Amino acid sequence: MGKDCKKRCVAPTSICKKQFMAMTGLLLCGFLLAHLSGNCLIYVSADAFNRYGHMLVTNPLILPAEMGLVALFLAHICMAIKLTVENKNARPQNYYLKSKTGRGATFASSTMPYTGMIILIFLVLYLITVKYGPYYVTQVDGKEMRDLYRLLAENFSNPLHVAGYIFCVSALGIHVSHGFWSAFQSFGINHPRCNCLLKCLSKIFGLLMALGYSALPLFLYLKGGKL
Amino acid sequence: MTAHNMKLKLKIWRQKNKNAQGNMTDYHLEGVSPDMSFLEMIDLLNENLVKSGEDVVSFDHDCREGICGMCSMMINGEAHGPEKSTTTCQLHMRKFKDGDTIVIEPWRAKAFPVLKDLTVDRSAFDQIMSAGGYVTVNTGAACDANSILVSKVDADLAMDAAQCIGCGACVASCKNASAMLFVSAKVSQYSLLPQGKVEAPKRVQNMVAKMDQLGFGNCTNEAECEASCPKDITIENIARMNRDHLKAKLFSRPEIE
Repeated sequence: MGKDCKKRCVAPTSICKKQFMAMTGLLLCGFLLAHLSGNCLIYVSADAFNRYGHMLVTNPLILPAEMGLVALFLAHICMAIKLTVENKNARPQNYYLKSKTGRGATFASSTMPYTGMIILIFLVLYLITVKYGPYYVTQVDGKEMRDLYRLLAENFSNPLHVAGYIFCVSALGIHVSHGFWSAFQSFGINHPRCNCLLKCLSKIFGLLMALGYSALPLFLYLKGGKL
Repeated sequence: MTAHNMKLKLKIWRQKNKNAQGNMTDYHLEGVSPDMSFLEMIDLLNENLVKSGEDVVSFDHDCREGICGMCSMMINGEAHGPEKSTTTCQLHMRKFKDGDTIVIEPWRAKAFPVLKDLTVDRSAFDQIMSAGGYVTVNTGAACDANSILVSKVDADLAMDAAQCIGCGACVASCKNASAMLFVSAKVSQYSLLPQGKVEAPKRVQNMVAKMDQLGFGNCTNEAECEASCPKDITIENIARMNRDHLKAKLFSRPEIE
């Protein structure tokens, strides 16, 4: 029995690995949605946005939450690399000519590793520029706090930054438009009754992520850095 | 009678044996009838090769009726060629045009090593079947007919899954060389029926473990397998296997050997 348990834990099957990707992916989708809704405060006012940022960083739960998020990202990335390497090894010699049937794979499904890499690079750049970027200070309701609004407004006054950001979040939208549905398939949720709904939801989610996140830099750019 | 007037340029993978280096070789073939099947076209090429004293192109075939699953070739980059739900032997030359260049390659996967030219070793599928693709029944007197009731829906789904002929097109067309569609069809054809349900948790775990051990890739839910399958096996079977596997991993207990 003990030996069997060990065997089950040590050597996860390809299906277990896929379900691990699905679980971490869906949790990250939850983070994306929460982050996007928080970002919407930027359309209310600079103070509301800064107050929200301040509330987050002063919350004692932020550290475990951030650590959990980092673990989630790392787990998703490491497993993705492992699976991609295994998949490449499963076909040592490529075809002379390989064409898609046009009935199965989509642009999103066949570019998952590439869109994933774009998201990773974007994530690192975003953390360097925003989280660990210049620390401006502002006063809201008599309290001193970080002026995140100013930092973002400054960054997105540069059209190159805006274009780069939109390119990366478009890759994110494409990535999740396949990943969201794929996660359900990996967990075995595929039924004629809900397939259409799930595929539509997945595309809508991808579109929401791409458009929702693109709106932020465009808004700041069009405002021209004014408060 | 249709005129035998098609001229084709063929690019075919030639490889002497398992260990030899192979390469794409060009052939010009004349006198091809549009009514010929794809395999008959290769027969014609081989007749010409015999006449000129060259080594014939080796390829797998058996029933030539689309039910045995032996014919296995990538034709112009697609498993079993351009026609949907059709095996290579049921593909006809009328689907091509006079003067076309046709690229013919063997299945490519680590688990399907090329033996010669277009012939690959697909015994990996047999090993997966040996790992659990069966129902253990006691021999003896035959049971009364209809003593075990099966719903029409389940019977239909099981029959749909059992249509799999094990040709390997799913592995060949998958960008990861994954065998999930084949294994899921075999798992489903048993697990949907009362006779197969008893051993379902053990079966799914053993067959998946064997599949991984043989070096097939991981499924990325692209559905190219479903699109290339000559028997229209759907990825709903893969989902069924995914949930059966999860249930088995979480809740089944190891059996006393």
